Amino acid sequence: MATPMLELKNLVKIFNAGTQDEKRAMDSVNLTVEKGEFVTIIGSNGAGKSTLLNLVAGTYLPDEGTVRINDEDVTRQPDYKRASHLARVFQNTTMGTAGEMSIVENLCMAELRGKKRGIRWGVTKSRRTRYTKILKMLDLGLEDRLNQSVGLLSGGQRQSLTLLMTTLMMPELLLLDEHTAALDPKTAAKVLELTNTVVRENKLTTLMITHNMQQAIQYGNRMIMLHQGRIQLDIRGEQKQKLTVAEIVAEFGQTLKDETLLST
Amino acid sequence: MFNIIPISLEQGLAYALAALGIAFAFRILSFPDLTVDGSFPLGGAVVARLILEGADPVVATLAAIIVGFIAGCCTGFFATKLKINSLLSGILMMTMLYSINLRVMGRANIPLITAPTVFTSMENMEISRDIPVIIFFFLMALLCKIGMDLFLHTEYGLALRATGDNEQMIRSLGVNTDSTTIFGLGLSNGLIALSGALIAQDQGFSDVGMGIGLIVAGLASIIIGEALIKPRSVVRLTLAVVVGSIVYRLIIAFGMRIGLAPTDLKIATGMMVLIALAIPAIRGVKEKKLNLRGI
Repeated sequence: MATPMLELKNLVKIFNAGTQDEKRAMDSVNLTVEKGEFVTIIGSNGAGKSTLLNLVAGTYLPDEGTVRINDEDVTRQPDYKRASHLARVFQNTTMGTAGEMSIVENLCMAELRGKKRGIRWGVTKSRRTRYTKILKMLDLGLEDRLNQSVGLLSGGQRQSLTLLMTTLMMPELLLLDEHTAALDPKTAAKVLELTNTVVRENKLTTLMITHNMQQAIQYGNRMIMLHQGRIQLDIRGEQKQKLTVAEIVAEFGQTLKDETLLST
Repeated sequence: MFNIIPISLEQGLAYALAALGIAFAFRILSFPDLTVDGSFPLGGAVVARLILEGADPVVATLAAIIVGFIAGCCTGFFATKLKINSLLSGILMMTMLYSINLRVMGRANIPLITAPTVFTSMENMEISRDIPVIIFFFLMALLCKIGMDLFLHTEYGLALRATGDNEQMIRSLGVNTDSTTIFGLGLSNGLIALSGALIAQDQGFSDVGMGIGLIVAGLASIIIGEALIKPRSVVRLTLAVVVGSIVYRLIIAFGMRIGLAPTDLKIATGMMVLIALAIPAIRGVKEKKLNLRGI
């Protein structure tokens, strides 16, 4: 069997240890994600979804357990060292791009993810030509605004750009942290469709957090549900395709009191 | 009236190098670096001592840049690796530099009137000394401006700018932002020390107090420049800083002409910055016209 793309073993993360507010945000989680799997992650607020992604990305370091990406132990590596493995899109649309820098400069920085940055000209002619072509495929008219600062774009445009930036240098692992939650429904649907296309076309191994159960069922080929820092449910393949929101609610209604989670 | 123009031009261009360094820290890195008040006289101290010891003025000036670079790196090290608040890191470095500058010079003031400097050859010309000196400072300011423009468009330069713009984003793209901050502050203070080294040679002495209030003067220059030229890009920002530095010196010279005492200079400059920064609050609007980044 091929080596898994992501392997989490006995992962524990405790916040505010030793105080009254102590919280086991991640409680002995084991998770193995195979190459090419598109995993959607659901769970109520505080279930540990974002903590899980932060531990994979290195934003937090775990208190116990190990994180392996593509057979490399990255448990103790800080976020910037893991960048060669993974790309990330955040919920906050301003977080994935540098707002005061231009569209082409942002693309150029993303293309160099995890690579050495030298005293070479950044946005070269050949890069500019290539970015223009890629931006045309987005069909947002961004190809005519190459030199405009990203801060002038709408949330949806910024999120689409961030998504495109992740694919300039194909990541082994794509992390999507509720990346459509801050957008209006119409834009969110568009960005989600774009996400699906990008992930499928490039066979990207992906972890996607979502608040929307319908989305979690509709997209991806595996779904996990977190509750109180543990994996409560893990279904894939045909079983997942047959799943309905009503079934999940019927079975896990108790643990899913969060209203936002129940929205379809 | 007209004789304030050449002196303002000369000073404005000379101090523009320091203002570029300050803008690099505040505007590009979003790091409110107060090392300036110490690294500027450090440049003067190093150059004066080395010239006194018989070193070539050009070599002494290059040494001043390197020492300034190291001072900036120290501030960056305090702020990133030792996790000390960025304002405090600068204040600590600035304070320690006061002692270091006295050590370097061995006294509070070194006169350089009779010593050879980079300006010596210009004094023996047929024409007035002002003209070659102004041309020299103009070329230096131009060189630093263009150098900064080019550098900030390289792959590494983009990472430096992103460090000040969206640190988490550029970290997630694989850049160690501790390193970019340390190196960036080194460059900033190297430029400031160069300014100090050249000004000490131009005015004919190095004094341990010559950096007092420079940070505020630099910010005033940046604010004036940005009001005149909207800093929509790096190229425009650096141009704004150079222009702002000249206009600031013109305003000061004009103020002195109409009766402002030299001792009141700092309060006048401070008020200028204070009013500029307070306008949005007084108007009660979230004004984005004035770029307050790094302040």
